[in-house]
Formats: sequence, structure tokens, C-alpha cells
Amino acid sequence: MGKINITAKIQRYNPEQDKRPRWQDFRLEVDDESTILDILNEIHWKIDGTLAYRRSCRSSICGSCAMNVNGCNVLACETPLHRFGNKLKIKPLPGFAVLKDLVVDLEPFFAKLRRIKPYLIVKRPIPDKEFLQSTEQFEEIGESTLCILCAACSSACPSSWPNEDYIGPAALLKAYRYIFDSRDDGSDDRLDIINDKNGVWRCHTIFNCMEACPKKIKITEYLSRLKVKILENSL
Amino acid sequence: MKQEEAKKFHKIDVVVVGAGLAGLRAALEVARNGAQVAVLSKVYPTRSHSGGAQGGIAAALANVSEDSVDSHVFDTIKGSDYLADQDVIKFFCQEAIQSIYELEHMGVPFSRTADGRINQRPFGGHSQPRACFASDITGHVLLHTLYEQCLKHNVHFFNEFQVFSLITKDSICRGVAAWDIRDGGLHIFHSKAVLLATGGYGRAWKITSNAHANTGDGVALVLEEGLPLEDMEFVQYHPTGLYKHGILLTEAARGEGGYLINDAGERFMKKYTPAKMELGPRDMVSRAEQQEINEGRGIGGKDYVYLDLRHLGAAKILERLPQIYDLALNYLKVDAIKEPVPIQPTAHYSMGGIAANIHTEVISDARGTVFSGLYAAGEAACHSLHGANRLGTNSLQDAVTFGRIAGIRMSRYVQENELLPLPANPLEKAQAKISRLMEGNGSEKHAAIREVLQENMTRYLGVFRNEADMRKVLDVIRTLQQRYQNVRIDDRGQAYNLDLFEAIEVGNLLSFSEVIVESALLRQESRGAHYRSDFPKRDDANWLKHTLAWRKNGKIVFDFKTVFIYPEYQPQERKY
Repeated sequence: MGKINITAKIQRYNPEQDKRPRWQDFRLEVDDESTILDILNEIHWKIDGTLAYRRSCRSSICGSCAMNVNGCNVLACETPLHRFGNKLKIKPLPGFAVLKDLVVDLEPFFAKLRRIKPYLIVKRPIPDKEFLQSTEQFEEIGESTLCILCAACSSACPSSWPNEDYIGPAALLKAYRYIFDSRDDGSDDRLDIINDKNGVWRCHTIFNCMEACPKKIKITEYLSRLKVKILENSL
Repeated sequence: MKQEEAKKFHKIDVVVVGAGLAGLRAALEVARNGAQVAVLSKVYPTRSHSGGAQGGIAAALANVSEDSVDSHVFDTIKGSDYLADQDVIKFFCQEAIQSIYELEHMGVPFSRTADGRINQRPFGGHSQPRACFASDITGHVLLHTLYEQCLKHNVHFFNEFQVFSLITKDSICRGVAAWDIRDGGLHIFHSKAVLLATGGYGRAWKITSNAHANTGDGVALVLEEGLPLEDMEFVQYHPTGLYKHGILLTEAARGEGGYLINDAGERFMKKYTPAKMELGPRDMVSRAEQQEINEGRGIGGKDYVYLDLRHLGAAKILERLPQIYDLALNYLKVDAIKEPVPIQPTAHYSMGGIAANIHTEVISDARGTVFSGLYAAGEAACHSLHGANRLGTNSLQDAVTFGRIAGIRMSRYVQENELLPLPANPLEKAQAKISRLMEGNGSEKHAAIREVLQENMTRYLGVFRNEADMRKVLDVIRTLQQRYQNVRIDDRGQAYNLDLFEAIEVGNLLSFSEVIVESALLRQESRGAHYRSDFPKRDDANWLKHTLAWRKNGKIVFDFKTVFIYPEYQPQERKY
């Protein structure tokens, strides 16, 4: 492991002081194996304690640290410095209101999740033991359950930017996860909710969500399957 | 500071602090029973570190073998090195089965057997394959499913609220004072019952599997109230932390057949737990690794050994252990299909915690006197289910099952009890902490203090312990506590003040770390995860008892609590 000098240009915004966001350059020496999160920690802990950002697990599972680095939405904790070289430009997730520095307002994001009824709806009798589900049925939803709700996809989605009411890829993926769960009896309700101009039809298969997804979930594909399902049901 | 001076005042039946599995399961139960419940979490609920759990959740479903509750009971007792309370274990192992079916009915996407039932895999210290799992993201899917169930039942979430103090009077808990991280300001939550489900405290160590958030806040709050902590000397070091990072690589990697290899290419576990090999209990596997390293058989003589998955083949690795594969690739640039993965023991789980009984009620003395209105569940609590060493997959089950029990008990409690008045100055303690940090003119940085603590805890309070080392770390902690009095934070603002809440967390780390070290010094024997090179034998005659520790007048004082033991499960020598 060696040392490297870097410049991190970070978007700063303090709602108690700033009218609009500004850029601040930090020049520092770091280990060349550092992640983006390591660099933010280094700045926050040793140089400027006022820098605000979210982080927790630092192992790509909690979804706290999604942000935009050199134009890409990434999880700061799993992204090595060497992916971008020694000049970094770090800003909060685009498309969200900024609360402070790299911290965005996620309340609207989580509110959208509620809209699609993100829970198993069971109308059949509940067995004493588990519902049976074949491996094939499990695999229909397996990948979609990987979603960590980091919001990188919704932030990267051009259809989301001008349409605050668009449910967005993350919540639609969650709708997929329940609609295609063999144990669920609520798909008619959910399909009604997403069969809307601000539902799945707002997805124009731009694939930005898939590119941004740190879990490499084929989001656009699953959203397309939702569209097919709606059309099949209407026949 | 008077009640009127709070930024906002909330009156509610139940406050749950922490939104991991224990907190969410409890909140769900309370909401289903018709009481009002607020969940306060310093991170968004789906960011809680329960989501970091990978390999599985234990229950003797017997889906893939002839398993039984009795077998689960005995494995857990033996795993605990006979320190766990056996009535708690028996209750837990019975309830575990119902807990799993409930979770499945809520929609948890478990991996399946060929005939469509919940699949189960082997885990260390369990004599049967009893870990129900969802690939290697079990904690993640449990966390999301429970969060979504809470949304369904209209649980009220206060996202990004950090509790700065409990509000108590006359030995009754009456609520909490919490800081609104997003906008700043102290809120009062006036309630009949409070559940502390704040998780573990691995962030006291440098090499840890724990999230930044795991700073033992609930444990520190209880200590501050003059209530006891139990068995704090027992800290689990997970055998497979990603080298240098400490990030968890699930035990399921060994459950699926992975090997541990030293510098000579030898599967060294044959010398330590020959009957179980890599699936020995975690305390023994971590010690074996450390011994290999200490005796020069780490890879290239360095401080790590290998986890070797190559013989499992690409298909199995990518189906059963995809997260492990990605973590090794992203953080160490190691392709686990083609290369062995460097690993080392990493601080992982706290067997000790807030002293609580089998009903999750917090107790105030060795006789078990209940402190009304205060509950604890999950890793923050010590019931004691895990004794001196926890078996893998018992912790998710602990959180879910005792979260449910806490929900049931609190629902009953709030029905039977009135809301009692707040003390005259409910915000006093919380406000004092904020004022000192926000208005102080000291010269110390909290991050520097934390770094020294973490380095010393990892160096001196690890897999092997001895008196001289522990005295060193105790001196360090006392010095750091002094330095902490002069902490100055850069950020004096209200909105998303990361500086402030990290400073509070460092105060918490310093508070309970002293108890961990003092408890470990006191216990002059080796049991489970607490191994003393200067007292290498288990000593049932003197130490088959729980440690209770209080802070009184600035000093740590102790008492001891009896271990509940059934006649049929008398302590034996622990061999695997």
C-alpha cells in the first residue's frame, strides 16, 4: 500500500448559512487503496468536522452512502479511489433535495415505497408450517430482493427528475418483488396502482437505473415484466 | 431544561429505540395489539446493521435432517460454555420455530429445498443443519420484510433520531429525550414503556465487522441511569473477517464447505476441533486462527490466514455465497473462485449487554428486581441466551423472538398502567451533553480519541487476554475519558450535525468500554470467548456466575447473578 495525493472537490451546502450549494476543494494525502468513504471520513475526522454525509455498514449492504462521484451514482463505501484517479468530484445524489452537504432528503423516496403496498398480501389460508415455494418460484424474485433501497437508481432516472410523482424504479422493483412472489394474493391491487402515467408507464427503458444499481439488479427488465403483466391482465 | 423548552413533545404508549430486527419485530407486535408505537432510529430503518447478517437464522425445523428442539437446546448450552441461562435457552429454542413460520408468512424470501420448504444449512457449533437462510443475505431480507410489515401496520417512524438520554423518575422509565439529526433540536417522547433495541457495540474495536452505527448507545444510556450491565467481558470475535477491513464473511462459507488454511497449506482446524473441523464454535475457531498467526503460521508469517472456497466451484459460490464473492473482490481484489481469501478474527458480537430477564424486562439488581417501563432486546440485551459464546444464527433468532416477546409484554404493560408524569427537568441530562460539546472550547477531537480507543481494544482486548495487557488498555481508557472532557466539535449548527452525534457516540464507547475491561480483569478464568492466557482453565467452582456491573460515583462496582441450570444439563468439559 502506498500513499497518493488527491484533490476532492466536494459540494457543500449548509442550510443555516448558504443560499445555494458551493464547491470546496480538499487536498490531502491518502492510502492508495482507500475507498471514497475512507476519504470522506479522513476529511470529516481530521480536517473539517462540519462535513455531513451518511454512512453506516461500510460493506455495501445498508445503502446509506449512495452519492455521485465524478458523474456516477455509487456507494462510497465500496468504491475504490483508483476507479476515478486522484481528482474526485463528489456531490449528493442528483434529483433529490439537499439537506446538507452530501445528505439528501429521502422522505419522498420512502413515501413512494408505501404507495405500492410493499408487503405480502395473503388471502389464502395460512398453513401451520411454511408456504411451499419451488426453487423456480423463488428464483423469480430472488434477485429483486437484493435491493438495498440506496436510491442510486431513482436518482439516475431521467424520468424521475421532472416528475416528482413518478413512483420510480426502486419502488416499482419492490412492486415486482411482491407481485411475482408465488405466495402473494395482492397483485391486482398493486397492478392497479402502478398502471398509471406516474406508475410503470413512466419508465421509458433508459436503463440508467440498471447502470447505477450497486447490486447490479436488472431493474429495467423487471419493470418491463410488470408492463407485460398489466397488458396480459387487460386482455 | 423544562418540558416546555423541548422543540417538540410527543406522547405515545411505547417508544422503541433502534430499528433493527428486535426493534421492528417488537414495534410490529405492539402495533398489531392496537397500542401506539414510535420507532426512533439514528439511521433509516433499512440501514440497521441486522441487515449485515448473512448466513442464516436458527430454528429446529428439521426440514433437511432429523433435528429437534432438544438438540438445539443442548448445542446452545454447550456453545455458551455453560454460562447461559438454560430456561431462557429452552424457551428460545421452542419459540424459534414459530418465529420462523411467522416470518415466512410475512413474505421473507427464504431459499428453498427441492420440495419447496425452507432450506437449512450447517453452521458452527450446531450438530444439525438448522440455519434457515436466504442465500447469504438473510439479515437483509429479514430486515426489509419486517420494515415493510411495520409500514403495513402504520408504525410511526422517527427516522434519524438519536436518543441522548432516558427519562426516569422513582425507578420508572417515562420516556426518552432524542435529538432530531435532520433538523436539530431535542424532542421529548413521553411514554409508558421504552424498549432499548440499539444493537451491539463492536465499534469500540479497530478491526470489527460492525457498522459505524454500532456504538452501544442503549448500553451506555442504561449505565448512565445507574442500572447494571451483564457479562460484558464476553465479546465474540468472528473467525472470518476480511483481512484489514474486518468486514464479515459469513460462517456459511464454511457451512457450505469452505476450508481454513495456514501458511503451510494445512487445514489447521484438525488440531483444534477435529470432529467439527472448520465448523467448530466461533470462540475456538478464532483462537485457533490467532494461535496459528502468533506461532508464525499466518500467510507469509503475517497476521492473517486463508478462507479457501475454490473447491466449492463457481456455481455453488455464486448461488450460495454471492455477497461473499463480491466483498472479497471489491475490497481485497481477490477472486474467491480462483484464489483463497485473506481473513482474520474480527470483533463481531456482544454476548453481554443490558441486564434483562426472560420477559425482556430490564432488571436493576442480582435478585432480578424489575425497573418498570424499561425493556431490552436483541444484541443490546443480555437475557442471558448466549452465555460466554454465541452460536452463529442464534442472534437473528434472538432478535426476532425476543423482539416479539418484548412487543407482547409491552402491549400488556401499557394496557395495565397509566402514563406517569415526567420529572421536572426531563431534558437536563441530554441538554448538558449537547451544551458541553456545542459550547466547549476544548482542543480535543473526538475522532482522535476514538481511534486510540479502537487501536488499544484490538491490540489488548482480543482473542487472547492477560492482566498486563488489560491494565494497559484500562489506563488508556481512563486517560481518554479525561481527554473527552475537552472535546471540541467543529460543527455548531443544527442541521444534520454529524460531528455532534459522533461525539456523543464516542462518549458512549468510552463509557461501556471501561466496563468491558474491568469485567474481563475481574473474571480470572477462561470461558467461551473470554480467554485469559494467565488463567487458561474454566473455573466452575468460582466463576459459574453472571457478572453484573454498575457505575457508581465514577467507579465500576460488581455483583454476581446465579446461572440457571437444569439437572440434566450439568456443566461438562467442552470438546468438539
